[in-house]
Amino acid sequence: MPHDHSDHPHALLPPEPALRVKALETILTRKGLIDPAALDEIIDTYQNKIGPQNGARVVAKAWSDPAFKAALLEDATPVVAELGYYGRQGEHMVVVENTPEQHNMVVCTLCSCYPWPLLGIPPGWYKSDAYRARAVREPRRVLAEFGVTLAEDTAVRVWDSTAEIRYLVLPMRPEGTEGLGEEDLAALVTRDSMIGTGLPKEAS
Amino acid sequence: MTRVHDMGGRFGDGPINPEAEDAAIFAEDWHARALAVTLASGFLGQWNIDTSRHAREQLSPKDYTRFSYYEKWISGLADLLVAKGVLTLEDLRGETSVEDHPLAERMLKAQAVAAALAKGGPADRNSNIAAQFEVGQMVQTVRPSANRLVDGGHTRLPSYAAGAQGRIVRLHGTHVLPDSNAHGLGEAPEPLYAVSFRASELWADPEHAKDEVVLDLWQSYLEPA
Repeated sequence: MPHDHSDHPHALLPPEPALRVKALETILTRKGLIDPAALDEIIDTYQNKIGPQNGARVVAKAWSDPAFKAALLEDATPVVAELGYYGRQGEHMVVVENTPEQHNMVVCTLCSCYPWPLLGIPPGWYKSDAYRARAVREPRRVLAEFGVTLAEDTAVRVWDSTAEIRYLVLPMRPEGTEGLGEEDLAALVTRDSMIGTGLPKEAS
Repeated sequence: MTRVHDMGGRFGDGPINPEAEDAAIFAEDWHARALAVTLASGFLGQWNIDTSRHAREQLSPKDYTRFSYYEKWISGLADLLVAKGVLTLEDLRGETSVEDHPLAERMLKAQAVAAALAKGGPADRNSNIAAQFEVGQMVQTVRPSANRLVDGGHTRLPSYAAGAQGRIVRLHGTHVLPDSNAHGLGEAPEPLYAVSFRASELWADPEHAKDEVVLDLWQSYLEPA
């Protein structure tokens, strides 16, 4: 290892991607190595059960409960696990807090590492070459493409997820939300605000 | 010394074009299928997460560049299934008939999915390698960025951060070393740190004097500055 081939085995499968997937699924199913019903279950999990609503609940609770927030920033993994958010691609969580002095943003330049139990499956742009290539070198131009402009003296810290640590951004609580409960606060928390490429919605 | 996936800092990729927050999680049905087939195959237990990442990195630069995201997944998976002896080239050609496969008893069943995904696969392990650096200390990454155990092997030091000086901001404990684990050479756990680099240390034309990039780096990627 590694074995670099000029003729990789995958080239034996149909070239059209949907057919390539179908062909491999069929081969594995016929050999009793995968269960199509298990595939349905995996898809249902990430399509309907696990998504950014989980992370939004964590953020809203951190905005509402100072002791929870302190524990979250100290050691996030057990704190979010207690809310039921643990599992594949979220085994080692770190939460980083945005402040007027520092804005945080998360990328995985080498692949597409992302905190699945809190945010679900990453959106297409997060996995794109353009985001992976540019987020570390020109985060402010990237933010501008998401419609975000920071104050000139706010520092940007980009977290490149090169290990099994998964990062969640704790955005700043929007102004004028003092009276809101956790559920209303969670509705203001966008997925992108927890990646650091967006800001929470304003209170209406 | 690097592979095509190592694209951090690269020029020329153009705008990002973010899709809306409420866009479909899987833009096409086959994207969902590709993800599910890949995860389910992983539960056969014939490789680890580092091996599967490396399988995608080993796609030729030409394929890696032209393939969409889930095409990389399904193609990397097909290559890995053959490399690990789970399938044969004849299987991929559709030339073999159904037979009892020795790994069939390991098949992930539908009723086991929720527990398997919830269980995760933590990467922290006990290690007898003591932490050599402490928070606040300046360190320098090795250069070039390369696997020191296997030529052309898997590593997680991006080339843009090779030979750069940074400051330790966190100690994450001791974690499985991908450079070893990806190649069946053992988990070789060692201290893992978050290391912060000033943008001016990494880029010829940094956007802002205060900006930083933080990477998670293993102790063997680091030297005292």
